[in-house]
Amino acid sequence: MSDAPEQLYAAREPIFPKRVKGVFRSLKWWIMGIALGIYYLTPWIRWDRGPNLPDQAVLVDMANRRFYFFWIEIWPHEFYFIAGLLIMAGLGLFLFTSAAGRVWCGYACPQTVWTDLFILVERWVEGDRNARLRLHRQDWNGEKIRKRLIKFTLWIMIAVATGGAWVFYFADAPTLLVDLVTGNAHPLAYSTVLVLTLTTFFFGGIAREQICIYACPWPRIQAAMMDEDTITIAYRDWRGEPRGKGKARDDLGDCIDCNACVNVCPMGIDIRDGQQMECITCGLCIDACDEMMDKVGKPRGLIDYLALKDEAYERAGNEKIPVLKHLLRPRTILYVSLWTLVGVALTVALFVRPKVDVTVRPVRNPTYVTLSDGAIRNTYDVGVRNRHGEEWPYYFSLAEDSDMSLVLEGSDKLVLVAPPDTEAKQRVYVIAPPGSDAARTDRTDLRLWVVDGVTGDRTYQETVFNGRGR
Amino acid sequence: MSKKPVEKKEPETTGHEWDGIQEFNNPLPRWWVWVFYLTIIWGLWYSIAYPAWPLIKGATAGYLGYSTRAEVAAEIDRFTAMNGELEAQLASADLNTLEQGSDLHNYAIQSGRATFATFCSQCHGSGAAGNVGYPNLLDNDWLWGGTLEDIQLTLRHGIRSEDDEDTRYSEMPAFGEDYLSDEEIAQVVAYSMSLSPVTKPDADMALVADGATVFADNCTACHMEDGTGDRTQGAPNLTDAIWLYGDTKEAITETVSNGPFGVMPAWSGKLTESQINAVSAYVHQLGGGE
Repeated sequence: MSDAPEQLYAAREPIFPKRVKGVFRSLKWWIMGIALGIYYLTPWIRWDRGPNLPDQAVLVDMANRRFYFFWIEIWPHEFYFIAGLLIMAGLGLFLFTSAAGRVWCGYACPQTVWTDLFILVERWVEGDRNARLRLHRQDWNGEKIRKRLIKFTLWIMIAVATGGAWVFYFADAPTLLVDLVTGNAHPLAYSTVLVLTLTTFFFGGIAREQICIYACPWPRIQAAMMDEDTITIAYRDWRGEPRGKGKARDDLGDCIDCNACVNVCPMGIDIRDGQQMECITCGLCIDACDEMMDKVGKPRGLIDYLALKDEAYERAGNEKIPVLKHLLRPRTILYVSLWTLVGVALTVALFVRPKVDVTVRPVRNPTYVTLSDGAIRNTYDVGVRNRHGEEWPYYFSLAEDSDMSLVLEGSDKLVLVAPPDTEAKQRVYVIAPPGSDAARTDRTDLRLWVVDGVTGDRTYQETVFNGRGR
Repeated sequence: MSKKPVEKKEPETTGHEWDGIQEFNNPLPRWWVWVFYLTIIWGLWYSIAYPAWPLIKGATAGYLGYSTRAEVAAEIDRFTAMNGELEAQLASADLNTLEQGSDLHNYAIQSGRATFATFCSQCHGSGAAGNVGYPNLLDNDWLWGGTLEDIQLTLRHGIRSEDDEDTRYSEMPAFGEDYLSDEEIAQVVAYSMSLSPVTKPDADMALVADGATVFADNCTACHMEDGTGDRTQGAPNLTDAIWLYGDTKEAITETVSNGPFGVMPAWSGKLTESQINAVSAYVHQLGGGE
């Protein structure tokens, strides 16, 4: 038995990421700007759909079970579109992970984006790394209280805006904003805003990297998708070591041990220890190191995007393998193909949606009814989905050469006027005259036609007619 | 010059070792253990606040007094209150003027469907298609009439229902006991089968002709001379395709010989007025209402 360890639980080490400039930092700013822009502004885009339908471009209408996305309108029975999009999102993550490791974590994950934003605010208020460190270590005084107060206030404002923007996706944004401000909104809206405000504040301001390391399952799954061609961030220790400060570098590698890579890391790790669990591959250490290498006149890329394969290859004295060679391999090609396949299938499915959307369900309890004159009647529950914002007429008919007749329950006409934005239900009777083929046969195929009374678009549904069988 | 060798630290272990296998110490974050303690505290609170500890009879009630049963009861009360107005309207509604598609009409149909499933489906079937001896309510053949009023009357007072004074009553004699000989019964059965479009007439035309005489002497008082029946006394139309007790020769012979005596209970007093109205409206729109 070895000695028992001092601590089984570790206190969180506060992290004060230093400001950095460079290619990847700029990329991250751009992605943050675009992502936040999309998130905050989308609910405010208007889209005219005509009368009685919402004019919000993107709207998840839970109460009425409708999803609006610009010109696309999804009803609950078309949920497979959402399933398809989720499959595409999944395959997309597989693709990006197998190609470029935790690139989602480093650049696009909301946790990263909002943490970045919160750190940006922190830097505005409290200064860069050294100032923040000093503030952290000093006793509570007027300055510390003032700065913390300003910082927390700004964070809360961002958090409220984040939670606030979320609810706008679920109701008409301008109306809801007025309601929220005047205290007339639904309690659910307030509680959602409150919960998301608290989680945003806590995740982005307080917990930060703890979420990635301890709470998020995705990094654990990602490890299973990476291979020796996956691009991750690595330190070229064969070039950098032995590290050391100073002008005389005869015995030293390129690493000047300036700790720039450590100071900028939002996860608080030293990438020179090798690729590790905490690394979200955001590339900030690359920016920091490149800047230093420029200053001391050494080539860039001491810390770089590298694949596992590269290490042995470069140690053997070869030049770096071009990135494209890592990207193009059966695995990534397979993911791209599957992703495209699902995408194309969904797009096709979207465009071949029938203009007149009808479902016909034969009533099977009982399968047929004998009428007093010996005719055989079948009953069908028909649903017609009227996607228009106004009442819409739909005409029912059978094939022209059919000897059967059609009756709509509760009506002496063959037209159903469907209420706006509803699936209208209609019980329809089909009657085969006494002694006719259909009346005497067990099952006959039947086609029920429905014609849009305004546009003239027509569609049919195949169903069956049950006869007496004798 | 300061040369700093990279320290290769031996990883810390928890001190556990089995057969030479050591367990590394990767300390959990401290907040994690606090969350763990919080869940314990929360669990204890929960077991006090909500029903939790099993006792000999039942369980501790919990100081919040929460009960799913009470919640369901409250939910039912809420819906009853919500439907109260429609329910009252329906009880006194004139069913003939109910507007198709109106809230009251929809409520009547849905309420009628539920009531039918509970009280009527045992005989008439869940799809209202009936069975041998139990009329099919989907077709357009009615023994006692198929208007809303007729259906309502049948529902309220039943048919041959002993416990209702106003019940509609009629009785087909058991012709096989005293009135007709077996031969005469065979004749009248052959004649009856020649009336309906779905039964195959007997090839023996003499039998049918004799049957016509037997029919004229014994059956026309109720079934009328042309065999179309009489709804005021619930006598079925024999010229249509519908045979309540079966359309085979054996079934019809059985009917003539022994006389059927179908009973429907009177529902007045058992169902509320609004339920009777609801079931009437529901049955009327099943496809055969007049």
